[in-house]
Amino acid sequence: MSYLADVATLARKDLRLELRARDTLPAMLLFVVSTLVVFHFALPAGADEVAAQGLLWVALLFTALLGLARAWAPERESGALEGLVLAPCDRSAIWLGKAAAVFAFLAAVELVALPAFALFFGSVDAATIAGVALASVGICAVGTLLAAMAAASRTRELVLPLLFLPLAIPLVVGGVGASISPDSGRYLAFLALYDAIFSILCWASFEYVVSE
Amino acid sequence: MELPAAWIATAAAVSRPGTASPLIEARRLEKRYGSKRALRAVDLEVERTGFLVVTGPNGSGKTTLLRLIAGLATASRGTLTIRADRHELGYLGHEGFLYRDLTAVENLDLYGRLYRVPERRERIGMLLERFGLWDARGERAGAYSRGMLQRLALCRTLLHEPALLVLDEPFTALDQEGADLLDGQLAELQGVRTVVLTTHDPERVSALATARLALA
Repeated sequence: MSYLADVATLARKDLRLELRARDTLPAMLLFVVSTLVVFHFALPAGADEVAAQGLLWVALLFTALLGLARAWAPERESGALEGLVLAPCDRSAIWLGKAAAVFAFLAAVELVALPAFALFFGSVDAATIAGVALASVGICAVGTLLAAMAAASRTRELVLPLLFLPLAIPLVVGGVGASISPDSGRYLAFLALYDAIFSILCWASFEYVVSE
Repeated sequence: MELPAAWIATAAAVSRPGTASPLIEARRLEKRYGSKRALRAVDLEVERTGFLVVTGPNGSGKTTLLRLIAGLATASRGTLTIRADRHELGYLGHEGFLYRDLTAVENLDLYGRLYRVPERRERIGMLLERFGLWDARGERAGAYSRGMLQRLALCRTLLHEPALLVLDEPFTALDQEGADLLDGQLAELQGVRTVVLTTHDPERVSALATARLALA
């Protein structure tokens, strides 16, 4: 229980920081809506649904990348990551708390993005919503770990996309597949498997990311 | 007050206020960053309740030594044994580990929860009062002056009543009142907790020191 209490404490801290500073969520919202508007006008009239689904995933992925790039900014600016590392809590709780906060931001973005997508490109079915939810878990798990690694680098703006985008390809495959395939269950199962494997890997390896 | 000559050595220090095994024990401790040697061959023993003052010019490895003791860095050569758990360590570095967009109370509450400080609110209130920050407790840390941030960082370091205090130039940025407050706090801790402290003004803590390590 104390582990979950630490996770809740750390996630609450990030949500409070965002409510105060408002430097991540508004930017993510603006970016995803702007991107969907651009796609709406860029996509030729009569373009098929498959192409539109692909654009939804492009918009979500790059919006998530925007949020991930800022995920460790408060710790980087204040050196507080070392303060958290010194605390007697399990270090994986730091990762899990941060991933939970990033997930909350991404979920808020998706609550706006999916209706906007439905408005511009047509309806959003249950399989798409399930795919987005499962992919978001994977994005946050992997992205939060990679963002912590990138935060220590001088060229973090370059490092994060270079590390994150290749690992996000299976999420796009699974998400688009769940949206357009008649057998969406297979793709949703694939996304769930990705989430399980990569969440465990990230949870177990965070300790080594924050240790010298 | 001058330290006893036997306690002063270059890159070696022994503090023996008690008889139990040393809380900190280093043998030929070295730290390198690539080809640059940040800390060279330090031998060190600090007993429980000892008070070690580390001095030396800029770049001599004072901060590196304290980061090694805190567990924030790993040694390149030699051995370092710390007989204390993570929750028994209070570390004050050059950065205060404070979130600029959280208030003083929220910053301390965060660390108080992570360290499972009993009667957390009372302890936070007492420390803020003691370090003269009570009236500014609701302000964001980002609005604090450098000296106020250092006071708040000291509150964070002392919050969980650590058995081992590792303080890297704790008098930095403090005004006379703040420095006097810290003097009083250190005097209270002397003989009760183990303290390792770096400073460019060793005379200020010479009365409290049980050992001194001069890095070259």
